[in-house]
Amino acid sequence: MTPQTLSALLCTIPLLPLAGAAINGFFGRKASKQAISAVSLVFCGAAFAVAAVVAVNFSSAAAPYSFNLAHWIRSGDFTVDFEFYLDQLSLVMLLVVTGVGFLIHIYSVGYMWDDDGYYRFMSYLNLFMFFMLTLVLAKNYLLMFIGWEGVGLASYLLIGFWFIKDSAASAGKKAFIVNRIGDFGFLIALFLIIKHFHSLDFTKVFEQVATRPIETAGTGLLTSIGLLLMVGAAGKSAQIPLYVWLPDAMEGPTPVSALIHAATMVTAGVYMVARSHMIFERAPGAMTVVAIIGTLTALFAATIGIAQTDIKKVLAYSTISQLGYMLMACGVAAFSAGIFHLMTHAFFKGLLFLAAGSVIHGVGGEQDMRKMGGLREYMPVTFLTMGIATLAIAGIPPLAGFWSKDEILWKAYSSQYGSWVFWLIGLVTAFITSFYMFRLLFMTFFGEYRGATGAEYHGHDDPGHGTHDARTGVSAPHGHEPHESPWVMLAPLVILAVLSLVGGFVGYGNRFEHFLAPVFQSGAPELAQGAGEVASKTTEYLLMGASILVGLLGWGLAYLLYCRLPQLPARIAESLGGLYQAVVNKYYVDELYAILFVKPVVEGSTSILWHGVDQGVIDATVNNTADSARHISDEVRHMQSGNLRSYAGWIAAGGAVVIAYMIWMGVR
Amino acid sequence: MVPLSYYLLLSGILFVCGVLGFLLKRNIITIFMSIELMLNGVNLSFVAFAAHWQRLSGQVFVFFVMVVAAAEAAVGLAIIIAVYRTRETLNVDQVNLLKL
Repeated sequence: MTPQTLSALLCTIPLLPLAGAAINGFFGRKASKQAISAVSLVFCGAAFAVAAVVAVNFSSAAAPYSFNLAHWIRSGDFTVDFEFYLDQLSLVMLLVVTGVGFLIHIYSVGYMWDDDGYYRFMSYLNLFMFFMLTLVLAKNYLLMFIGWEGVGLASYLLIGFWFIKDSAASAGKKAFIVNRIGDFGFLIALFLIIKHFHSLDFTKVFEQVATRPIETAGTGLLTSIGLLLMVGAAGKSAQIPLYVWLPDAMEGPTPVSALIHAATMVTAGVYMVARSHMIFERAPGAMTVVAIIGTLTALFAATIGIAQTDIKKVLAYSTISQLGYMLMACGVAAFSAGIFHLMTHAFFKGLLFLAAGSVIHGVGGEQDMRKMGGLREYMPVTFLTMGIATLAIAGIPPLAGFWSKDEILWKAYSSQYGSWVFWLIGLVTAFITSFYMFRLLFMTFFGEYRGATGAEYHGHDDPGHGTHDARTGVSAPHGHEPHESPWVMLAPLVILAVLSLVGGFVGYGNRFEHFLAPVFQSGAPELAQGAGEVASKTTEYLLMGASILVGLLGWGLAYLLYCRLPQLPARIAESLGGLYQAVVNKYYVDELYAILFVKPVVEGSTSILWHGVDQGVIDATVNNTADSARHISDEVRHMQSGNLRSYAGWIAAGGAVVIAYMIWMGVR
Repeated sequence: MVPLSYYLLLSGILFVCGVLGFLLKRNIITIFMSIELMLNGVNLSFVAFAAHWQRLSGQVFVFFVMVVAAAEAAVGLAIIIAVYRTRETLNVDQVNLLKL
């Protein structure tokens, strides 16, 4: 295949899911569910197939490929086009997004089959694929921004998919608004780039960036741009301080949580930072901020994950924590490690969410892990696949998560931007991650089933079930024992489990890093020399041993607390008192934000903007004008007496006035 | 020859008589006649000016006024008859349904 053909194929990849979304969105209401599934799967699958063809024919020598679909903005010498771009980095993203996306589409067919909004759901999923693929294939920041906003829209629509539920509707709004804050930073960064580089095209911008010196001391243009881009990334990739929307986003259907809020969309921030690596490499100050935010988020979210009892909330905080890892990697200039973790995380976290969905499906809509347990016997496939994913995320070799996480931890220690502090916090986080993931596994699949079966089930259906996955809550056969999910849901689990098992080997011997090297090597030359020589091979193996050890320790501790001594966790929680309460309540961050930001805005809007400006000025102007017109008319209408002679009198008086005026003015 | 001012004075007197009749009388036919009186007062000043300036336009205008007055009389009398048939009165103070 010639490079030209390959480039031309690029634009079909995002457009195929768009066509699927349009067909299902416009005609799905009356179509049969089989037809909807077929359209959705065929178009998404075709995108994956094309992506696979592109990947097979991809040659690093010919890369990067680009394809100009259409002109968009032409203003003087400033141009922005609908132009797609494929290099090693976008190829990885492309395969992850289409591959995992396709699997989740298949899973959704089983999971959402009984939902009334089935066509809507499949249409939104396809729409999401379109925007996400636009984001990763864009050749300029503005097209990327379209994808960026578009996935935000799809995310909003899907979080609020069960919009009849108040909590789902407000979770959707929260996600949208919090992301707006991040987008604000992203936009300002774009304005700065336009102002100083007169282009948004990646190639052109980075060419100019490359000529600038590294901003070692203080701040400069690149540092500002980098920090503003990081604000955008913090919004989309749910980092401190903008992570609050992601846990709430679990109100959406579980496949959405898997696809958008774990595997793909939330990694957009990481992708964007990696894509802008030229800017960050020349702004060490901004990079340090990225690393610090990533590291803190990783630790912070992991600690919250320990005490959550909702199975999806645990996974949500775990996602935030893992995204923190990825940004930590970007922050120490280990972009390829970050992207590697992005890929493996897409496998195992997508799998974890899908398996959690299968569990929720199996126990009839229950999400509280305290009401699960012993599901190993009822749902063996789900247990097996989720077990693999848990091992992978816990960093147990040789599963996928081990390779990427170890790579990040090693880079955090050895990179010239790294430090043992990042490494240590990362290691502690790895321990906590292992602990809360095995806690989840043990609480869900081991021990005795603690949920209600039989007639008992109906009794507790009404109160407290507001937070459950509404669909499964409605459709699951009530009063039955937990049951395994259908194969249409299990097949994606198995495939993702295989990927989680072997996905890490692409990073064996730094092959993944070498593959991505053409993208990232063009950075600052000083960087390449500095990295690698800082620490020896021995240190590397030592650190690797440490990270395996903490993974096993977390496993052991979880086993001890949740299998051997099930009374102990409650006692520990009791003895910790206030600290435990703080963790359970997510450190009261939501409450803090409510006091600091939400309340002032709401009250300021109510008293000043609503009652003051809107009612006091705008409405008052209109109303008073109308009122005075009415009052004057009310007075004047008495002239209309209906009496002919009074009319005649007015005419005569008017005539007299005219004559008097003419005489007075001396008109002859 | 009678000076112009005499004609104009007479014309003014006629017009004022018409106005007063229009304003003070209650009978609709009297009011109607008062309007005719005003028109004719004006007509008189038209022809007086026409004679004084030796121009024909004043004369022509009078014919127009007379035509319009005739048409108005026809319509007006028809309305008066219609009003009388429904209200059984010719007193304008009692024909005041238009008021608010």
